[in-house]
Amino acid sequence: MDFLLDNFVALTVTGLSLGAIYALVALGYTLVYGVLQLINFAHSEVFMYGAFAATWTVYAMGGRAGASTGAVIGYLLAALVAAMAFSGLIALLLERVAYRRLRKQNAPRLIALISAIGASFALAELMGLRDKVADFLGLGETLRPYVRGARNSSGFPEIIDTTPLFTLGDYDVTNIDLLVITSALVMMLALDLFVARTRFGRGIRAVAQDPESASLMGVNSDRTVQLTFLLGGLMAGAAAVLYVVKIGSIRFDTGFLLGVKAFTAAVLGGIGNLRGALLGGFVLGLAENYGSALIGTEWRDVVAFTLLVVILLFRPTGLLGESLAKART
Amino acid sequence: MLLTVEGLCVNYGRIEALRDISFEVPEGSVVTLVGANGAGKTTTLKTVSGLRGVRAGKVVFAGEDITHLPAHRRVERGVSQAPEGRGIFPGMTVRENLEMGAYVRKDRKTAAYREDTERVLTLFPRLQERIGQSAGTLSGGEQQMLAIGRGLMARPRLLLLDEPSMGLAPKLIQQIFSIVTEINQQGTTVLLVEQNAAQALKRADHAHIMETGEIVRSGTGAELAGDDAVKAAYLGGDI
Repeated sequence: MDFLLDNFVALTVTGLSLGAIYALVALGYTLVYGVLQLINFAHSEVFMYGAFAATWTVYAMGGRAGASTGAVIGYLLAALVAAMAFSGLIALLLERVAYRRLRKQNAPRLIALISAIGASFALAELMGLRDKVADFLGLGETLRPYVRGARNSSGFPEIIDTTPLFTLGDYDVTNIDLLVITSALVMMLALDLFVARTRFGRGIRAVAQDPESASLMGVNSDRTVQLTFLLGGLMAGAAAVLYVVKIGSIRFDTGFLLGVKAFTAAVLGGIGNLRGALLGGFVLGLAENYGSALIGTEWRDVVAFTLLVVILLFRPTGLLGESLAKART
Repeated sequence: MLLTVEGLCVNYGRIEALRDISFEVPEGSVVTLVGANGAGKTTTLKTVSGLRGVRAGKVVFAGEDITHLPAHRRVERGVSQAPEGRGIFPGMTVRENLEMGAYVRKDRKTAAYREDTERVLTLFPRLQERIGQSAGTLSGGEQQMLAIGRGLMARPRLLLLDEPSMGLAPKLIQQIFSIVTEINQQGTTVLLVEQNAAQALKRADHAHIMETGEIVRSGTGAELAGDDAVKAAYLGGDI
């Protein structure tokens, strides 16, 4: 208990930055669920591919510790663009390969879920065997720096020196904390505005609320579903950059646990609800930090999933309840 | 001819929902399909709007064969449907629902669009009162008004109305039907599906009576309303 109180500010700030990453990934689960009532289990892999894209991009640009501020901003922006593009692409591919035919044939949702789990393992293992893939394509030598140690962690170049910016209580808030939290909030705000205010956003909400009526209004439901996957992918890509900046490395199977946590965040807030995902992410990040401070770091995941069970027992629809379908915005 | 339906056959699995349906809707008219529950009226409408695929037959709209055109493309051509059970978007405001009706229009920033919004809100003053309210909180009658108003926002050449009187109080039914007539007088062609045969026949230029997936009688609204067999089967004794 003393540890929790002594480090309350530190635990809160790091919990929020972890929660911000959960929330960004959770948006992908919640968007797709809102529109298709499908749990896109492979969304964790969409995130993981983005993290690799970010790492490779900065590596290819020669990013290393001690770069000038201008260069660091350049690296980060390039990493962001690459990760969002790659994650978006993977999300679109996933929809095309793993789900579309099932949807056209009105397959039961359980079938789609199994397809999702299969796609998740396939994507993760493909990344974990990327050295074999490169050898097979005859590019093993050229791509060596990118594919070596395919089953180990790949470190993200340490382009940012962690520096304290200001003191809050007795904790020095670092530039990375601030970067992660503010970028995540900006992305979420942008998504929220897009869904609430734009024509395409209205199309997404219309399909979520009543797919048949939506097509009677002239909404192309295939396009809308693709757009939904793309948006989820873009958010996961952004989350991936923040993740590698904060954590410093990525592995082919990192997506799994993070994906389950992000999914937990989505359910916690009320799946199908965009603002619920945001709230769920932050609550989960904080709960993990406070919980592990109370009973020990090795209990971190136990705390997270116990919280999920408790919320589902007492509030099965999540904290904010409403789905994308019923939510006003 | 604005709409021609020719030899339409539609199946739900192995059940024949429609058998050899043919009828025409002239530009500027009100045409109605009446009949009991399960006669195939709604299925016919959904086939015209593109929500159901056909086994055989043709749907021709304004000279173009649209039989295999997806629903969302038919809206661009000028076919708009106010679906059965209203099908409004409960989580959107009344205004957003109306905007959804105009989803395919490219002129959403122009005076023409504002005029159409005005026109709908003049037809349905209740919607004006509830403009910022979420549509899920509207009463049944208001939701019906919203569904029709939303259908009009697409500026359709053909408006498909599926059971606009369903579940409404008698006074409201009268009101909805006079508005249908008014919409038609303002130049929109209407294809109306109704169980309330008395009202529908009174308003229609042409009418078709459906039974178990087939058209069994056709004529002008007045002819059918005066027909003894039709009276006995659909109009009851106390009109």
